[in-house]
Amino acid sequence: MSANREAILSRVRGALAPLEKRAPLPDWDNELIAMRTLRGTVDAWPLFCERLKLVNGVSFESLAALVTWLDGQGWRHGYCDPALWASLKDAFPATFTVETTFDRTRVDDYQFGITRAAGAVAETGSLILTDKTTSSRLAALAPWVHVAVLIRGTIFADLQHAVTALADDPNIIFCTGPSKTADVEGILIEGVHGPGQQAALLVEG
Amino acid sequence: MKTQPIDQFAAHLKADTRAAVYDGSKKGYDARIKTLFDHFEDPNRLRVVAGEIKQHVVENLDTYLPQVEAKLKANGVIVHWAATAEAANQAVLDIMRARNATKMVKSKTMVSEETGLGHFLEKNGVECVETDLGEFIIQIDNDHPSHLVKPIIHKNRRDIAMSFEKHGLGAYNDDPQTITRRARAHLRKKYLESDVALTGANFISAESGRLVLVTNEGNSRFCLAAAKTHIAMVGIEKILPRDRDLALLLNLLARSATGQQLTVYTEFITGPKSAAQPDGPEEMHVVFVDNGRTDVLASECREILRCIRCGACLNVCPVYRQASGHAYRSVYPGPVGAVLTPLLAGKNFPAFADLPKASSLCGACNEVCPVNIPIPDLLLRLRDRAKQEHIPSPGTPPMGPWAVLASRPMIWKTALTGGKAINYVSTKLIPVPALHTWENKHSLPEWKGGVFRKWLRNRPAKSSSS
Ligand code: SF4
Repeated sequence: MSANREAILSRVRGALAPLEKRAPLPDWDNELIAMRTLRGTVDAWPLFCERLKLVNGVSFESLAALVTWLDGQGWRHGYCDPALWASLKDAFPATFTVETTFDRTRVDDYQFGITRAAGAVAETGSLILTDKTTSSRLAALAPWVHVAVLIRGTIFADLQHAVTALADDPNIIFCTGPSKTADVEGILIEGVHGPGQQAALLVEG
Repeated sequence: MKTQPIDQFAAHLKADTRAAVYDGSKKGYDARIKTLFDHFEDPNRLRVVAGEIKQHVVENLDTYLPQVEAKLKANGVIVHWAATAEAANQAVLDIMRARNATKMVKSKTMVSEETGLGHFLEKNGVECVETDLGEFIIQIDNDHPSHLVKPIIHKNRRDIAMSFEKHGLGAYNDDPQTITRRARAHLRKKYLESDVALTGANFISAESGRLVLVTNEGNSRFCLAAAKTHIAMVGIEKILPRDRDLALLLNLLARSATGQQLTVYTEFITGPKSAAQPDGPEEMHVVFVDNGRTDVLASECREILRCIRCGACLNVCPVYRQASGHAYRSVYPGPVGAVLTPLLAGKNFPAFADLPKASSLCGACNEVCPVNIPIPDLLLRLRDRAKQEHIPSPGTPPMGPWAVLASRPMIWKTALTGGKAINYVSTKLIPVPALHTWENKHSLPEWKGGVFRKWLRNRPAKSSSS
């Protein structure tokens, strides 16, 4: 392996040696990637909801509305992050079965998974999940519905701000709507490997 | 008269394949225009800056590679180096063997297509399952991808339904929704029983060692939620200097590839999972692959190493739209492939020296490229190289007499007037086979040699006030 390393690095040096000067690193201003529509926006939550909707996600401002939606669709078996369950459980009627450990031997039993979001990006409608705040990667991915519980104060305006403030975490993922493909004749199909429904529940804080 | 290899391929393309490729690529192109131009004040500037950043990286790989290696190691990642395709495949196999692993799930990576990893592992007793829907279909069909981001652009739903039926994935059903659900059910089993997940990387930041992976389907996320070992195969040119540069490039990548603002799953990975996390890799490896890239770096065409594999140049290319990806006979089709394939071929350059010729040099590929690669210039440099190396060029009409004419004004003028004769004699008498091939499909307009020149000469001078 180290022979390969030396071979590659010496070939790189050899290839670059004849260059009289090297291209400098350009500096660029955040304005460059500021989106037109975003200039002057203040409240990130309405914008986030609008953008999430554009990518076929759904947002809820109340727990009751979320429960009614799940119930109406017949999604009554799911998983919830144990740390969240204490504050959410009163809103779920007894017709629901909610587990607080995710059993990977029966991933298809869970119709929904509720986990925490570490934040969101308003301009793109993305939810930010980190390893430290997500109780189970699989629970946020394998069930048909993923509900991310989002604290209002953690929404970034745009990608630029979100990327420069990436947490110190081994795995951070921006989820922008449900899992999708257009591989078959360019026709959009949702719920390929991950959720077919991506929801956000807003909580104050 | 022989035509060029790409033309020969295109001539035999089935009509519905051609239609599928044309529609698919056009859709991608239209969506791109909309998102870029609606969203940004100066979208062109984004491309130019992104191109400068990547050019800087390419020309400073000698500093960036050791820097990124140190970061990765500090983050707990095991780093491997592979000078050739064989070395890269072997490195992956060694990691698997050391862990007694026999099952791998794989998310789409172009570099592993280049090295032929899947076939290599299968030969060595490792089950290796492609998880991107398109790549999965390619795998069960034993086919090749024909587009960088839409690997099965050349297939229609009936083709896919037939191969699903053949491979025991249910009775014939060509509804795209049903096809997708069947793949979902089949592949989630594979994720959960695999030991190792293999991915590529779209970018890797030298500042933090963050490796960025994007997928719409969520397949790479599933790989990294289920398997215990993560191997990322990464071309040595994938580096970006700073984390904030990721924001710029991510803004460009999805818009250029599919017209999305952002790919659905954009994952930033710095190492194995955190201690409290129940799911995901306990161990992470990065294999840096050269496989001809340092040859490209040493060539006059190193700009092509900026490429972020978005596929925009394929979507816009009139030759690609007519010929489809398989016409390019390699992993990288379209304009990017016409440059990269002959360069990566090393000693095999002559076998692919025709590819740079299959272009009208219209320049559309350069205009859409998110890292502003001057593809037409690179095509010309490669044409020149083929000429210097005296590589025969079947199907290219002889241009010698034309060169004589075009470089001598007096002869040119005479020819313009004399050419009128062609209006009176049959072109069949002209001994240029290329002309006859051309005439099968086109008809020659009346010769009007010199009219334009006369007009230009007699044009009244522009008034100085305007
Ligand atoms: S050459 Fe440019 S346009 Fe073509 S795939 Fe690469 S980055 Fe995209």
